[in-house]
Amino acid sequence: MFNKILIANRGEIACRVIKTARKMGIPTVAIYSDADKQALHVKMADEAVHIGPPPANQSYIVIDKVMDAIRQTGAQAVHPGYGFLSENSKFAEALAAEGVAFVGPPVGAIESMGDKITSKKIAQEAKVSTVPGYMGLIEDAEDAVKISNEVGYPVMIKASAGGGGKGMRIAWNDQEAREGFESSKNEAANSFGDDRIFIEKFVTQPRHIEIQVLCDTHGNGIYLGERECSIQRRNQKVVEEAPSPFLDEATRKAMGEQAVALAKAVGYASAGTVEFIVDGDKNFYFLEMNTRLQVEHPVTELITGVDLVEQMIRVAAGEPLSITQDDVTLTGWAIENRLYAEDPYRGFLPSIGRLTTYRPPAEVAAGPLLVNDKWQGDAPSGEAAVRNDTGVYEGGEISMYYDPMIAKLCTWAPTREAAIEAMRVALDSFEVEGIGHNLPFLSAVMDHPIFIAGDMTTAFIEEQYPDGFEGVELGEGDLRRVAAAASAMHRVAEIRRTRVSGRMDNHERRVGTDWVVSVQGTDYNVHIDADHDGSTVTFSDGPKMRVASDWTPGDQLAKLDVDGSPLVLKVGKISGGFRMRTRGADLKVHVRSQRQAELAKLMPEKLPPDTSKLLLCPMPGLIVKINVEVGDEIQDGQALCSVEAMKMENILRAEKKGVVAKINAGPGDSLAVDEVIMEFE
Amino acid sequence: MKDILSELSDRRNEARLGGGQRRIDAQHARGKLTARERIELLLDEDSFEEFDMFVAHRCTDFGMEEQRPAGDGVVTGWGTVNGRMVYVFSQDFTVFGGSLSETHAQKICKIMDMAVQNGAPVIGLNDSGGARIQEGVASLAGYADVFQRNIMASGVVPQISVIMGPCAGGAVYSPAMTDFIFMVKDTSYMFVTGPDVVKTVTNEVVTAEELGGASTHTKKSSVADGAFENDVEAMAEVRRLVDFLPLNNREKPPVRPFFDEPGRVESSLDTLIPENPNQPYDMKELIVKVADEGDFYEIQADFAANIITGFIRMEGQTVGVVANQPMVLAGCLDIDSSRKAARFVRFCDAFEIPILTLVDVPGFLPGTSQEYGGVIKHGAKLLFAYGEATVPKVTVITRKAYGGAYDVMASKHLRGDFNYAWPTAEIAVMGAKGATEIIHRADLGDADKIAAHAADYEDRFANPFVAAERGFIDEVIQPKSTRKRVARAFASLRNKKLQNPWKKHDNIPL
Repeated sequence: MFNKILIANRGEIACRVIKTARKMGIPTVAIYSDADKQALHVKMADEAVHIGPPPANQSYIVIDKVMDAIRQTGAQAVHPGYGFLSENSKFAEALAAEGVAFVGPPVGAIESMGDKITSKKIAQEAKVSTVPGYMGLIEDAEDAVKISNEVGYPVMIKASAGGGGKGMRIAWNDQEAREGFESSKNEAANSFGDDRIFIEKFVTQPRHIEIQVLCDTHGNGIYLGERECSIQRRNQKVVEEAPSPFLDEATRKAMGEQAVALAKAVGYASAGTVEFIVDGDKNFYFLEMNTRLQVEHPVTELITGVDLVEQMIRVAAGEPLSITQDDVTLTGWAIENRLYAEDPYRGFLPSIGRLTTYRPPAEVAAGPLLVNDKWQGDAPSGEAAVRNDTGVYEGGEISMYYDPMIAKLCTWAPTREAAIEAMRVALDSFEVEGIGHNLPFLSAVMDHPIFIAGDMTTAFIEEQYPDGFEGVELGEGDLRRVAAAASAMHRVAEIRRTRVSGRMDNHERRVGTDWVVSVQGTDYNVHIDADHDGSTVTFSDGPKMRVASDWTPGDQLAKLDVDGSPLVLKVGKISGGFRMRTRGADLKVHVRSQRQAELAKLMPEKLPPDTSKLLLCPMPGLIVKINVEVGDEIQDGQALCSVEAMKMENILRAEKKGVVAKINAGPGDSLAVDEVIMEFE
Repeated sequence: MKDILSELSDRRNEARLGGGQRRIDAQHARGKLTARERIELLLDEDSFEEFDMFVAHRCTDFGMEEQRPAGDGVVTGWGTVNGRMVYVFSQDFTVFGGSLSETHAQKICKIMDMAVQNGAPVIGLNDSGGARIQEGVASLAGYADVFQRNIMASGVVPQISVIMGPCAGGAVYSPAMTDFIFMVKDTSYMFVTGPDVVKTVTNEVVTAEELGGASTHTKKSSVADGAFENDVEAMAEVRRLVDFLPLNNREKPPVRPFFDEPGRVESSLDTLIPENPNQPYDMKELIVKVADEGDFYEIQADFAANIITGFIRMEGQTVGVVANQPMVLAGCLDIDSSRKAARFVRFCDAFEIPILTLVDVPGFLPGTSQEYGGVIKHGAKLLFAYGEATVPKVTVITRKAYGGAYDVMASKHLRGDFNYAWPTAEIAVMGAKGATEIIHRADLGDADKIAAHAADYEDRFANPFVAAERGFIDEVIQPKSTRKRVARAFASLRNKKLQNPWKKHDNIPL
């Protein structure tokens, strides 16, 4: 085995690899840029080498710098993670030239799978199902109809030079094929000056399902089931799971065997992923092969119990696979949610800054990975597993230079239903403050009926959230649970307030038992009876709920049990009440006496103030930079300009979406307080 | 007997109606609560004991003798906030527009006298059209009687004013002399002369809201310490403030049970200070992470945001916090921030509230507007306030402590009890660049030499150890253990006794 391994990556994947290396007793080397001096992967590694300035093209992907780090530390192997240099054949060659093992496939495999046309050709030769179509030139409309019939309807008629939906038609029958061909051809000629047209099968209800393969250098290859990755936003995966709720055993086997055949065809040796597109009738077609460890590999590990990183390292060291296809069983269900530093309420705009709070849910070990492997360390065991692969920590900085994904939260349980439920609770327990993040969106997906039914396609987010994400509205049942919880918490908080020193003896305030809980405008009249184990909250219209919790004032996370099922709330203070976040909803909750509630009703409802259409200079200072131009569409939170005051640079951001109408100041201008910098339409 | 009892009951009911149902409805239509409804929200349920319910005015001019409503436009009495006694007066806009008559003033004076005698705060809920013009000078005399009591009560019991409607002319000077003024957004305004007079005299056209609304007084004039959305929220937040305050100047600040480990380690504070010394960070994160349960009651949040003032609790006991805010004007001291912090420090000292000072200050703001505005005397107010304060004083320097501003910010030299510094602290006369350019003036032409000198200077002075060698810093502490160190420091100062020499009063540069 290797005496030392260098991880040519950063963030969560570097940390992930270090964990396995540590388990195997292999010392690790991290590399880091200026922006990552204090990063988690640097803290976790045994050694760390600085390799340059923050931009990746001046540090993490500069082959010479990584090679220097290898020489300097004497590492015998390099794990490239994903992204960066992981599928760079030149890097693999450079390593080979110096006799350093690359924890990945051979150079040839990287090269042949790295090219879309070559890979499709090889796939066809290996009898892997590819999207049927005709790549040659199509003469006329009748030719198009003939070819369409050969491919089988529906078909997609596409301009060779096409893009952005232009010159693209979907045809379901001969007539549409004829018309589609003509219009595509015209459009292509007009738009691109190139009227070449080709036809391929149109995949309806497409799902993205991929097969994990694992091969060694001795000619052995196996597949470790599939991963369903249909929930994507602009080709960026958001939620993955294994197995797929869609595949049957026969399809799985067919896909797996074709994937292994393809891997063997290119002499693959390592972990790799063969991506397929699958239509509503379970026809599957090869898309591409990723010759590296995938981001979403943990879900496969959780249902197979195989540590893929360990397998990769062993294969790289020349060991034969210790598991055969027959050893691979898929047990239970695993779900991964990717936590992105992107603000879902602001068009998923990347959000950078300091993580003032970062408290992931406690990890729990369970399932095959617990049985076979101990890399989750000291996590206690339980019925459902919680695993969080992360590269950040509380007080750390999310920089603008790298991928906005900050964690991969996974759950495993014996059933899909239980895995989803475990994920809901885990998401509710995940505390992240200081930056915008997509936790509420993930919660929304976990409660979406289409996801729950397992009926998603790659168009899920686009179709279900066409106007972006605006938060979750809880149903009546959930609102009542929140109301019951709030009553119990209010009681605790108010009783504490009455215990302040200096009060008049014998004239203490008595905290009542009858309240009106107002949750986002809905009022519930409740009566609370507290006893040793918790409280019983009785709603005036009948229902009773039993609430148990050890919440005390100041706790930002309330873990309650309401009527026997968990309710986890992120709790904040608002004037005279609580801010409570759960299941993707962000609620204002007030608990009041009957009389207080009556009086509160008399208060006028105030509309949120009309944010001015002006950007004013908040301090006397010097404009350093204007980031936008007249006519630019701006997003809420987008940086508009920088003002230097007292030698410090302050970034001014948009308070809402809009269009820049006028810019009144430029770099170098010295402005007084409240001077107008720019105007919006 | 029964008749007499029922007469009492009838009279009470009549008094409780104030100016009658029609005016009550009008008050509600304006989005305002009545004087009694406000008291209900301010005090613990059923704790209000009223005084002078049947007081009526004695004016006989202009037909006033025809209308003599019981209570005369102000409800006064005492009650409890979480079991602690407070006195309260609440002006009733439904009775003569809440205008102040001789008897109305007498009612206020009565409870103020009792508050001082019995050592409990006074909370005034202001909603008044001003002087009762029909009474002429008697009304003016009434104001002055209240002013005199405000002055005498100042520093003896906390006085809180909430402006919940109009407050104009002479009436403004009573709240002005209390410790805290809060306003209700959109329904309250305060000014010495109203928009009409302003127009006549100066030709300025301005609305009441622009001239004296909550926004004006919290952001521009700093007359008000905070503003709330509505009456309900205002009363809830005043209750929250009362929980922080001692009842009088002979009592220690209140302590209440807390659910937060005093030794709680906050590892994230180790990375609070950015690597680039010119990059700002949010000082509020430190305040919230040091405080019990993250609970912070900020005072004057919207004014001079380059300094933060407010109350937290450490181990359950109230502590006043003053902190430079690097996010605004780099946290420098200027006229506004010095005035804001000075008044806060003096309030804390007057009421035995210990002070925590968090320092990251690059100096005083330069410029003609500052000098012409008298930054010398205004800056001196903060210096004076810290120097005279005898309460426990704990200071933590997180980053910059440059020049005179270092001295001002509760330094050891101003009788600081515990002066801690983070390892990132730089205690120096000024930044390295400025210092080098003065010391090595001869090398000014040579950029390399200047850079080398600056690096030397930084090595020598951009740290807390030079100050620590001299004992100006008691200890260099780990950022993550700040809560523990500060909590222990205050715990050790519980019995601090320090007296200034006898004087009639000091002469702070006002």
